[in-house]
Amino acid sequence: MSAEVVFYLMAGFAVVSALLCITQRNIIASAMWLVSTMFSLAGIYVLLNAQFIAAIQVLVYAGAVMVLFLFVIMLLNVGRGGNDLRGAPVRLVAMLIGGALLAQLFFLGRVTPGGMAVLRGAAAGSGSPMDAFPAGQTALTAPAAQGVVGAIAEPLFRQYLVPFELTSLLLLTAAVGAVVLAKRKL
Amino acid sequence: MLLGPALLLSAVLFTIGVAGVLLRRNAIVLFMCVELMLNAVNLTFVAFSQVLGLGGQVIVFFVMTVAAAEAAVGLAIILAVFRHTRSVDLKNINLLQG
Repeated sequence: MSAEVVFYLMAGFAVVSALLCITQRNIIASAMWLVSTMFSLAGIYVLLNAQFIAAIQVLVYAGAVMVLFLFVIMLLNVGRGGNDLRGAPVRLVAMLIGGALLAQLFFLGRVTPGGMAVLRGAAAGSGSPMDAFPAGQTALTAPAAQGVVGAIAEPLFRQYLVPFELTSLLLLTAAVGAVVLAKRKL
Repeated sequence: MLLGPALLLSAVLFTIGVAGVLLRRNAIVLFMCVELMLNAVNLTFVAFSQVLGLGGQVIVFFVMTVAAAEAAVGLAIILAVFRHTRSVDLKNINLLQG
């Protein structure tokens, strides 16, 4: 099977799972369909040359974050919630807003790197994305030289070193905040 | 390279997330829809990192960190609200409505 066939299979699975996730009454079923969406997205990341991100997606999102969700659902015992869909007028407005947003995003999707090259006055004829952004290694070329993890580690620990270190501060704050909020009495 | 189809899929997933936030009243489902939207944006970053440089994948790394922190704090807030109102339905959380 070619990469395109696998991509469209995964994409269809992701969209169907996402639709089931927002329509299921049972919250646990909803969470499981979200896990399935995340797994198919991990597969798509592999097809898009982001193997490291795919592994992190399975470990952090489908693993840790969703376990946290399921833990809270079962702790509160709200798995079998009643009908929590909003009424018909709100549903209509939601459809309108969703449709407008989708149309906007489709329009934005037409702005491709090739088009950006034209906008920036680069060689309009070729339309190759490389013309607009010649600097920097891309996910298509970098892994060949440095390996999958090495290619992403280099920008992470050079240009983005300070944000990376600040991430630890964010996680510490979140952990302390979660304990303070969830504790009955301090 | 699959750049166009990936952006299309990202748009569809983001819209499904927005529809979920607008349609459901359950606070936990709302959080899951926010996670879905974050995932859709991550897909955009990964798709563009194919041609625009690996910085996009680094940003995905940061987005995942923020999402994990947000889930932890948000679920703690839901826990505290549940203790107060005995429900996670947003129609019961209307203290600021006056």
